[in-house]
Amino acid sequence: MNGKDLISIRDLERKDIEGLFSLAEKMEGEIGGEKSPLKNRIIATLFFEPSTRTRLSFQAAAQRLGASVINFESVALTSMAKGETFVDTIKIVDGYADLLVIRHSLEGSARLAANVAKHPVANGGDGGNQHPTQTLIDLYTIRKVKKKLDGLCVHLVGDLKYARTMRSLLYGLGMFGADVTLVSPKGLEMDKGVVDEAKTLFSMKIKQTNELDLKGADVAYVCRIQKERFADPYEAEKLQKEFKITEEQLKGVKEDLVILHPLPKIDEIDPAIDNSKHATYFEQAKLGVPMRMAIIMKLLGRA
Amino acid sequence: MLKVEKIADGTVIDHIPAGKGLRVLQILNIQAGYLGRVALLMNTTSKKMGKKDIVKIADKHIDDKTADKIALIAPEASLNIIKNFEVIEKRQVKLRSKLVAVAACPNPNCITNHERMESEFKVEERGIRCSYCERLFKPEELSA
Ligand SMILES: [Zn+2]
Repeated sequence: MNGKDLISIRDLERKDIEGLFSLAEKMEGEIGGEKSPLKNRIIATLFFEPSTRTRLSFQAAAQRLGASVINFESVALTSMAKGETFVDTIKIVDGYADLLVIRHSLEGSARLAANVAKHPVANGGDGGNQHPTQTLIDLYTIRKVKKKLDGLCVHLVGDLKYARTMRSLLYGLGMFGADVTLVSPKGLEMDKGVVDEAKTLFSMKIKQTNELDLKGADVAYVCRIQKERFADPYEAEKLQKEFKITEEQLKGVKEDLVILHPLPKIDEIDPAIDNSKHATYFEQAKLGVPMRMAIIMKLLGRA
Repeated sequence: MLKVEKIADGTVIDHIPAGKGLRVLQILNIQAGYLGRVALLMNTTSKKMGKKDIVKIADKHIDDKTADKIALIAPEASLNIIKNFEVIEKRQVKLRSKLVAVAACPNPNCITNHERMESEFKVEERGIRCSYCERLFKPEELSA
Protein backbone atom coordinates (compact mmCIF):
# COMPACT_ATOMS: atom_id res chain seq x y z
CA MET A 1 0.00 0.00 0.00
CA ASN A 2 3.06 2.22 -0.17
CA GLY A 3 2.19 5.64 -1.58
CA LYS A 4 -1.31 4.45 -2.53
CA ASP A 5 -4.59 4.67 -0.69
CA LEU A 6 -6.15 2.98 2.31
CA ILE A 7 -9.80 2.47 1.46
CA SER A 8 -10.86 -0.99 2.60
CA ILE A 9 -9.56 -3.84 4.68
CA ARG A 10 -10.33 -5.97 1.62
CA ASP A 11 -7.45 -4.35 -0.24
CA LEU A 12 -4.93 -5.42 2.38
CA GLU A 13 -2.98 -8.59 2.73
CA ARG A 14 -1.69 -10.03 5.96
CA LYS A 15 1.84 -8.86 5.22
CA ASP A 16 0.65 -5.25 4.71
CA ILE A 17 -1.02 -5.32 8.12
CA GLU A 18 1.99 -6.91 9.79
CA GLY A 19 4.13 -4.16 8.28
CA LEU A 20 1.81 -1.57 9.83
CA PHE A 21 2.01 -3.33 13.21
CA SER A 22 5.80 -3.00 13.33
CA LEU A 23 5.67 0.54 12.02
CA ALA A 24 3.08 1.52 14.65
CA GLU A 25 5.30 0.02 17.33
CA LYS A 26 8.16 2.19 16.10
CA MET A 27 5.85 5.23 16.08
CA GLU A 28 4.88 4.60 19.72
CA GLY A 29 8.53 5.07 20.60
CA GLU A 30 8.72 8.32 18.66
CA ILE A 31 5.73 10.10 20.15
CA GLY A 32 6.96 13.16 21.99
CA GLY A 33 10.42 12.88 20.42
CA GLU A 34 12.31 15.47 18.42
CA LYS A 35 11.73 13.94 14.98
CA SER A 36 9.38 15.71 12.59
CA PRO A 37 9.59 13.53 9.50
CA LEU A 38 6.60 15.23 7.85
CA LYS A 39 7.60 18.83 8.37
CA ASN A 40 6.26 20.98 5.51
CA ARG A 41 3.64 18.36 4.64
CA ILE A 42 -0.06 19.17 4.79
CA ILE A 43 -2.73 16.65 5.66
CA ALA A 44 -6.39 17.45 5.01
CA THR A 45 -9.05 15.84 7.18
CA LEU A 46 -12.36 16.20 5.34
CA PHE A 47 -15.20 15.13 7.58
CA PHE A 48 -18.37 15.49 5.53
CA GLU A 49 -20.02 13.65 8.40
CA PRO A 50 -18.93 14.57 11.91
CA SER A 51 -16.83 12.21 13.95
CA THR A 52 -14.84 14.28 16.36
CA ARG A 53 -12.96 11.38 17.88
CA THR A 54 -11.68 9.94 14.59
CA ARG A 55 -10.78 13.41 13.36
CA LEU A 56 -8.86 14.32 16.50
CA SER A 57 -7.00 11.03 16.42
CA PHE A 58 -5.93 11.61 12.79
CA GLN A 59 -4.96 15.18 13.54
CA ALA A 60 -2.94 14.17 16.60
CA ALA A 61 -1.16 11.55 14.48
CA ALA A 62 -0.40 14.08 11.72
CA GLN A 63 0.89 16.66 14.18
CA ARG A 64 3.01 14.12 16.07
CA LEU A 65 4.76 13.59 12.74
CA GLY A 66 5.30 17.31 12.30
CA ALA A 67 2.72 17.73 9.51
CA SER A 68 0.22 20.57 9.42
CA VAL A 69 -3.48 19.90 9.22
CA ILE A 70 -6.24 21.62 7.29
CA ASN A 71 -9.75 20.42 7.93
CA PHE A 72 -13.45 20.78 8.02
CA GLU A 73 -16.13 18.89 9.85
CA SER A 74 -19.71 18.64 8.62
CA VAL A 75 -21.00 19.76 5.27
CA ALA A 76 -22.95 22.70 6.63
CA LEU A 77 -19.74 24.73 6.87
CA THR A 78 -18.55 24.13 3.33
CA SER A 79 -19.40 24.97 -0.23
CA MET A 80 -20.75 21.41 -0.54
CA ALA A 81 -23.81 22.81 1.15
CA LYS A 82 -24.08 25.28 -1.71
CA GLY A 83 -24.26 22.44 -4.22
CA GLU A 84 -20.63 21.79 -5.10
CA THR A 85 -20.19 18.13 -5.97
CA PHE A 86 -18.15 15.79 -3.81
CA VAL A 87 -15.77 15.21 -6.70
CA ASP A 88 -15.13 18.95 -7.09
CA THR A 89 -14.39 19.32 -3.38
CA ILE A 90 -11.90 16.45 -3.53
CA LYS A 91 -10.16 17.86 -6.60
CA ILE A 92 -9.80 21.26 -4.96
CA VAL A 93 -8.42 19.96 -1.67
CA ASP A 94 -6.16 17.59 -3.63
CA GLY A 95 -4.53 20.75 -4.89
CA TYR A 96 -3.88 21.98 -1.34
CA ALA A 97 -2.75 18.91 0.61
CA ASP A 98 -0.37 15.95 0.37
CA LEU A 99 -2.77 13.42 1.86
CA LEU A 100 -6.56 13.39 2.24
CA VAL A 101 -8.46 11.75 5.07
CA ILE A 102 -12.13 11.43 4.21
CA ARG A 103 -15.20 10.58 6.22
CA HIS A 104 -18.54 10.60 4.47
CA SER A 105 -21.94 9.08 5.09
CA LEU A 106 -22.21 7.61 1.60
CA GLU A 107 -20.71 4.19 0.95
CA GLY A 108 -17.95 4.16 -1.65
CA SER A 109 -17.16 7.86 -1.24
CA ALA A 110 -13.56 7.20 -0.19
CA ARG A 111 -13.02 4.90 -3.18
CA LEU A 112 -14.36 7.58 -5.50
CA ALA A 113 -12.11 10.19 -3.84
CA ALA A 114 -9.10 7.91 -4.31
CA ASN A 115 -9.96 7.54 -8.01
CA VAL A 116 -10.17 11.30 -8.41
CA ALA A 117 -7.30 12.55 -6.20
CA LYS A 118 -3.66 12.45 -7.25
CA HIS A 119 -2.56 12.33 -3.61
CA PRO A 120 -3.14 9.34 -1.34
CA VAL A 121 -6.53 8.98 0.35
CA ALA A 122 -7.24 7.37 3.72
CA ASN A 123 -10.80 6.27 4.41
CA GLY A 124 -11.96 7.57 7.78
CA GLY A 125 -15.30 5.79 7.43
CA ASP A 126 -17.69 5.61 4.47
CA GLY A 127 -21.26 5.11 5.65
CA GLY A 128 -21.99 1.53 6.67
CA ASN A 129 -19.17 0.20 4.54
CA GLN A 130 -15.59 0.45 5.80
CA HIS A 131 -13.51 2.11 8.49
CA PRO A 132 -10.16 0.45 7.84
CA THR A 133 -8.05 2.52 10.24
CA GLN A 134 -10.36 1.50 13.10
CA THR A 135 -10.00 -2.17 12.13
CA LEU A 136 -6.21 -1.83 12.04
CA ILE A 137 -6.23 -0.19 15.48
CA ASP A 138 -8.45 -2.99 16.83
CA LEU A 139 -6.16 -5.71 15.49
CA TYR A 140 -3.08 -3.85 16.69
CA THR A 141 -4.51 -3.45 20.19
CA ILE A 142 -5.46 -7.12 20.49
CA ARG A 143 -2.08 -8.23 19.22
CA LYS A 144 -0.26 -5.86 21.52
CA VAL A 145 -2.16 -6.86 24.64
CA LYS A 146 -2.43 -10.58 23.88
CA LYS A 147 0.92 -10.91 22.07
CA LYS A 148 -0.83 -12.83 19.28
CA LEU A 149 -3.99 -13.06 17.21
CA ASP A 150 -4.07 -16.63 15.93
CA GLY A 151 -6.03 -19.07 18.04
CA LEU A 152 -7.52 -16.35 20.23
CA CYS A 153 -11.16 -16.66 21.19
CA VAL A 154 -12.74 -13.32 20.34
CA HIS A 155 -16.37 -12.47 21.16
CA LEU A 156 -17.96 -9.73 19.06
CA VAL A 157 -20.81 -8.40 21.17
CA GLY A 158 -23.76 -6.15 20.41
CA ASP A 159 -25.51 -4.95 17.30
CA LEU A 160 -23.75 -7.01 14.66
CA LYS A 161 -26.26 -6.19 11.97
CA TYR A 162 -25.52 -2.51 11.57
CA ALA A 163 -22.04 -2.07 13.04
CA ARG A 164 -19.57 -1.83 10.17
CA THR A 165 -16.70 -2.03 12.70
CA MET A 166 -17.70 -5.59 13.47
CA ARG A 167 -17.88 -6.70 9.84
CA SER A 168 -14.38 -5.44 9.01
CA LEU A 169 -13.02 -6.75 12.29
CA LEU A 170 -14.40 -10.23 11.58
CA TYR A 171 -12.58 -10.11 8.26
CA GLY A 172 -9.31 -9.00 9.89
CA LEU A 173 -9.56 -11.58 12.67
CA GLY A 174 -10.14 -14.27 10.05
CA MET A 175 -7.05 -13.17 8.17
CA PHE A 176 -5.01 -13.68 11.34
CA GLY A 177 -6.53 -17.00 12.38
CA ALA A 178 -8.57 -16.00 15.43
CA ASP A 179 -11.74 -17.90 16.40
CA VAL A 180 -14.82 -15.73 16.68
CA THR A 181 -18.10 -15.99 18.57
CA LEU A 182 -20.80 -13.61 17.37
CA VAL A 183 -22.99 -12.51 20.28
CA SER A 184 -25.99 -10.39 19.40
CA PRO A 185 -29.61 -9.86 20.39
CA LYS A 186 -32.15 -11.71 18.25
CA GLY A 187 -32.71 -9.83 15.03
CA LEU A 188 -29.36 -8.04 15.17
CA GLU A 189 -27.24 -10.92 13.90
CA MET A 190 -24.46 -10.29 11.45
CA ASP A 191 -25.40 -10.52 7.78
CA LYS A 192 -25.19 -14.14 6.66
CA GLY A 193 -23.33 -13.24 3.50
CA VAL A 194 -20.55 -11.60 5.52
CA VAL A 195 -20.26 -14.59 7.85
CA ASP A 196 -20.23 -17.08 4.98
CA GLU A 197 -17.60 -15.09 3.16
CA ALA A 198 -15.30 -15.03 6.19
CA LYS A 199 -15.78 -18.77 6.63
CA THR A 200 -14.91 -19.49 3.01
CA LEU A 201 -12.05 -17.03 2.68
CA PHE A 202 -10.24 -17.86 5.90
CA SER A 203 -11.77 -21.22 6.86
CA MET A 204 -12.26 -19.68 10.28
CA LYS A 205 -14.32 -21.00 13.18
CA ILE A 206 -17.37 -18.83 13.80
CA LYS A 207 -19.98 -19.52 16.48
CA GLN A 208 -23.21 -17.57 16.79
CA THR A 209 -25.36 -17.02 19.86
CA ASN A 210 -28.05 -14.71 21.20
CA GLU A 211 -26.92 -15.21 24.77
CA LEU A 212 -24.53 -12.80 26.41
CA ASP A 213 -21.92 -15.07 27.93
CA LEU A 214 -18.25 -14.12 27.99
CA LYS A 215 -16.90 -17.25 29.64
CA GLY A 216 -14.00 -18.67 27.68
CA ALA A 217 -13.38 -15.46 25.76
CA ASP A 218 -9.89 -13.97 25.50
CA VAL A 219 -11.26 -10.77 24.04
CA ALA A 220 -14.75 -9.23 24.15
CA TYR A 221 -15.27 -6.51 21.59
CA VAL A 222 -18.41 -4.58 22.47
CA CYS A 223 -20.36 -2.10 20.39
CA ARG A 224 -23.54 -0.24 21.06
CA ILE A 225 -27.04 -0.96 19.85
CA GLN A 226 -27.75 1.71 17.27
CA LYS A 227 -30.99 3.06 18.70
CA GLU A 228 -31.56 5.36 15.75
CA ARG A 229 -32.13 2.23 13.62
CA PHE A 230 -35.15 1.21 15.67
CA ALA A 231 -38.68 2.36 15.00
CA ASP A 232 -39.44 1.80 18.67
CA PRO A 233 -36.91 3.43 21.02
CA TYR A 234 -38.28 1.45 23.96
CA GLU A 235 -37.49 -1.81 22.19
CA ALA A 236 -33.91 -0.63 21.60
CA GLU A 237 -33.57 0.41 25.23
CA LYS A 238 -34.75 -3.02 26.37
CA LEU A 239 -32.28 -4.83 24.12
CA GLN A 240 -29.44 -2.62 25.32
CA LYS A 241 -30.28 -3.38 28.96
CA GLU A 242 -30.18 -7.10 28.24
CA PHE A 243 -26.88 -6.69 26.46
CA LYS A 244 -25.16 -4.43 28.92
CA ILE A 245 -21.80 -5.59 30.24
CA THR A 246 -22.01 -5.42 34.03
CA GLU A 247 -19.85 -6.73 36.87
CA GLU A 248 -22.35 -9.57 37.14
CA GLN A 249 -21.55 -10.56 33.53
CA LEU A 250 -17.85 -10.73 34.34
CA LYS A 251 -18.22 -13.43 36.99
CA GLY A 252 -16.42 -16.55 35.84
CA VAL A 253 -14.72 -15.00 32.83
CA LYS A 254 -11.04 -15.54 32.12
CA GLU A 255 -8.66 -13.66 34.42
CA ASP A 256 -7.06 -11.96 31.47
CA LEU A 257 -10.20 -11.21 29.45
CA VAL A 258 -9.71 -7.99 27.52
CA ILE A 259 -12.72 -5.75 26.84
CA LEU A 260 -12.51 -3.47 23.83
CA HIS A 261 -14.91 -0.88 22.44
CA PRO A 262 -14.50 1.49 19.47
CA LEU A 263 -15.88 4.36 21.61
CA PRO A 264 -17.75 6.56 22.20
CA LYS A 265 -19.66 4.25 24.51
CA ILE A 266 -22.95 5.26 26.04
CA ASP A 267 -24.60 2.69 28.26
CA GLU A 268 -23.46 -0.64 26.84
CA ILE A 269 -20.72 -1.06 29.45
CA ASP A 270 -21.31 -0.33 33.14
CA PRO A 271 -18.96 2.54 34.12
CA ALA A 272 -17.91 0.45 37.13
CA ILE A 273 -16.02 -1.73 34.66
CA ASP A 274 -13.90 1.16 33.40
CA ASN A 275 -11.58 0.70 36.38
CA SER A 276 -11.39 -3.09 36.15
CA LYS A 277 -8.32 -4.87 34.82
CA HIS A 278 -10.41 -6.04 31.88
CA ALA A 279 -11.20 -2.59 30.47
CA THR A 280 -8.79 -1.88 27.63
CA TYR A 281 -10.80 0.57 25.52
CA PHE A 282 -9.01 3.73 26.59
CA GLU A 283 -5.69 2.08 25.79
CA GLN A 284 -7.23 1.08 22.45
CA ALA A 285 -8.18 4.70 21.71
CA LYS A 286 -4.68 5.83 22.62
CA LEU A 287 -3.11 3.26 20.30
CA GLY A 288 -5.10 4.85 17.49
CA VAL A 289 -2.52 7.61 17.27
CA PRO A 290 0.61 5.51 16.61
CA MET A 291 -1.34 3.29 14.20
CA ARG A 292 -2.59 6.33 12.28
CA MET A 293 0.95 7.74 12.31
CA ALA A 294 2.10 4.48 10.73
CA ILE A 295 -0.67 4.67 8.12
CA ILE A 296 0.17 8.27 7.23
CA MET A 297 3.89 7.49 6.89
CA LYS A 298 3.13 4.48 4.72
CA LEU A 299 0.69 6.34 2.48
CA LEU A 300 3.19 9.16 1.98
CA GLY A 301 5.85 6.63 1.03
CA ARG A 302 7.99 7.51 4.02
CA ALA A 303 8.20 4.03 5.52
CA MET B 1 -44.73 -25.91 -33.50
CA LEU B 2 -45.12 -22.18 -33.79
CA LYS B 3 -43.80 -20.81 -37.01
CA VAL B 4 -41.98 -17.51 -36.90
CA GLU B 5 -40.79 -15.90 -40.09
CA LYS B 6 -37.08 -15.70 -40.68
CA ILE B 7 -35.33 -12.37 -40.50
CA ALA B 8 -32.95 -11.22 -43.21
CA ASP B 9 -30.72 -9.14 -40.96
CA GLY B 10 -30.62 -8.77 -37.21
CA THR B 11 -30.08 -10.79 -34.09
CA VAL B 12 -31.60 -13.90 -32.58
CA ILE B 13 -31.13 -14.19 -28.85
CA ASP B 14 -31.49 -17.84 -27.98
CA HIS B 15 -31.38 -19.84 -24.73
CA ILE B 16 -33.06 -17.22 -22.58
CA PRO B 17 -34.46 -18.85 -19.42
CA ALA B 18 -38.24 -19.32 -19.79
CA GLY B 19 -40.01 -16.24 -18.49
CA LYS B 20 -37.07 -13.85 -18.95
CA GLY B 21 -37.80 -12.97 -22.59
CA LEU B 22 -39.86 -9.93 -21.63
CA ARG B 23 -37.01 -8.68 -19.46
CA VAL B 24 -34.68 -9.03 -22.44
CA LEU B 25 -37.05 -6.87 -24.51
CA GLN B 26 -36.97 -4.33 -21.71
CA ILE B 27 -33.16 -4.31 -21.72
CA LEU B 28 -33.30 -3.76 -25.49
CA ASN B 29 -35.64 -0.86 -24.92
CA ILE B 30 -38.34 -2.46 -27.00
CA GLN B 31 -41.77 -1.31 -25.87
CA ALA B 32 -45.10 -0.17 -27.25
CA GLY B 33 -44.40 2.15 -30.17
CA TYR B 34 -41.28 0.37 -31.30
CA LEU B 35 -41.36 0.37 -35.09
CA GLY B 36 -39.04 -2.50 -35.98
CA ARG B 37 -39.96 -6.16 -36.37
CA VAL B 38 -39.59 -8.23 -33.23
CA ALA B 39 -40.63 -11.75 -32.26
CA LEU B 40 -40.74 -13.11 -28.75
CA LEU B 41 -41.17 -16.83 -28.31
CA MET B 42 -42.04 -17.87 -24.82
CA ASN B 43 -41.76 -21.31 -23.30
CA THR B 44 -40.53 -23.12 -26.38
CA THR B 45 -39.02 -26.52 -25.79
CA SER B 46 -35.31 -26.79 -25.49
CA LYS B 47 -33.15 -29.88 -25.30
CA LYS B 48 -30.69 -28.11 -23.09
CA MET B 49 -33.00 -26.10 -20.85
CA GLY B 50 -36.35 -27.87 -20.93
CA LYS B 51 -38.16 -24.62 -21.67
CA LYS B 52 -36.70 -21.40 -22.98
CA ASP B 53 -37.54 -18.04 -24.50
CA ILE B 54 -36.20 -16.71 -27.79
CA VAL B 55 -36.11 -13.12 -29.04
CA LYS B 56 -35.69 -12.21 -32.69
CA ILE B 57 -35.09 -8.61 -33.69
CA ALA B 58 -34.67 -7.41 -37.24
CA ASP B 59 -31.99 -4.88 -38.10
CA LYS B 60 -30.58 -4.56 -34.65
CA HIS B 61 -27.07 -5.05 -33.45
CA ILE B 62 -26.39 -5.78 -29.77
CA ASP B 63 -23.48 -3.86 -28.31
CA ASP B 64 -21.25 -5.11 -25.50
CA LYS B 65 -22.93 -3.14 -22.75
CA THR B 66 -26.34 -4.53 -23.74
CA ALA B 67 -24.86 -8.04 -23.93
CA ASP B 68 -23.57 -7.56 -20.36
CA LYS B 69 -27.05 -6.63 -19.20
CA ILE B 70 -28.54 -9.67 -20.90
CA ALA B 71 -25.87 -11.88 -19.31
CA LEU B 72 -27.06 -10.74 -15.90
CA ILE B 73 -30.49 -12.28 -16.35
CA ALA B 74 -29.73 -14.89 -18.99
CA PRO B 75 -26.19 -16.13 -18.40
CA GLU B 76 -26.61 -18.94 -20.94
CA ALA B 77 -28.03 -16.82 -23.75
CA SER B 78 -26.44 -16.95 -27.18
CA LEU B 79 -26.47 -14.18 -29.76
CA ASN B 80 -26.88 -15.22 -33.36
CA ILE B 81 -26.03 -12.45 -35.78
CA ILE B 82 -28.05 -12.82 -38.98
CA LYS B 83 -27.05 -11.43 -42.35
CA ASN B 84 -28.91 -12.36 -45.57
CA PHE B 85 -30.85 -15.07 -43.74
CA GLU B 86 -27.59 -16.72 -42.63
CA VAL B 87 -26.12 -16.93 -39.14
CA ILE B 88 -22.79 -15.26 -39.71
CA GLU B 89 -21.73 -15.22 -36.09
CA LYS B 90 -22.81 -17.04 -32.98
CA ARG B 91 -21.54 -16.04 -29.60
CA GLN B 92 -22.33 -16.76 -26.02
CA VAL B 93 -23.05 -13.83 -23.72
CA LYS B 94 -20.59 -13.86 -20.89
CA LEU B 95 -20.43 -11.97 -17.61
CA ARG B 96 -17.19 -10.08 -17.86
CA SER B 97 -15.12 -9.77 -14.70
CA LYS B 98 -15.74 -6.03 -14.56
CA LEU B 99 -19.11 -4.46 -15.43
CA VAL B 100 -19.13 -0.74 -16.05
CA ALA B 101 -22.41 1.19 -16.18
CA VAL B 102 -24.57 -1.86 -16.88
CA ALA B 103 -26.88 -1.24 -13.92
CA ALA B 104 -27.41 1.15 -11.06
CA CYS B 105 -26.15 -0.03 -7.68
CA PRO B 106 -29.18 -1.31 -5.71
CA ASN B 107 -27.78 0.24 -2.52
CA PRO B 108 -29.44 3.67 -2.17
CA ASN B 109 -26.63 4.78 0.16
CA CYS B 110 -23.98 4.07 -2.48
CA ILE B 111 -22.04 7.10 -3.76
CA THR B 112 -22.69 5.98 -7.36
CA ASN B 113 -26.36 6.88 -6.86
CA HIS B 114 -25.51 10.40 -5.70
CA GLU B 115 -22.67 11.65 -7.91
CA ARG B 116 -22.67 11.97 -11.66
CA MET B 117 -20.62 8.86 -12.34
CA GLU B 118 -20.71 5.37 -13.84
CA SER B 119 -21.42 2.37 -11.67
CA GLU B 120 -18.88 -0.43 -11.56
CA PHE B 121 -19.22 -4.02 -10.41
CA LYS B 122 -16.78 -6.89 -10.16
CA VAL B 123 -17.99 -10.42 -10.72
CA GLU B 124 -16.95 -12.75 -7.91
CA GLU B 125 -17.62 -16.39 -7.28
CA ARG B 126 -20.39 -15.66 -4.78
CA GLY B 127 -22.03 -12.76 -6.57
CA ILE B 128 -21.45 -9.35 -8.07
CA ARG B 129 -19.74 -6.77 -5.87
CA CYS B 130 -20.08 -3.00 -6.25
CA SER B 131 -16.58 -1.57 -6.57
CA TYR B 132 -17.65 1.43 -4.49
CA CYS B 133 -19.93 0.41 -1.62
CA GLU B 134 -18.46 -3.15 -1.71
CA ARG B 135 -21.84 -4.79 -1.25
CA LEU B 136 -22.40 -8.17 -2.81
CA PHE B 137 -25.48 -8.67 -5.00
CA LYS B 138 -27.09 -11.51 -6.85
CA PRO B 139 -27.21 -10.99 -10.63
CA GLU B 140 -31.00 -10.72 -10.56
CA GLU B 141 -30.81 -7.89 -8.01
CA LEU B 142 -28.78 -5.85 -10.48
CA SER B 143 -31.15 -6.34 -13.37
CA ALA B 144 -34.26 -5.50 -11.38
ZN1 LIG C 1 -22.67 0.40 -4.62
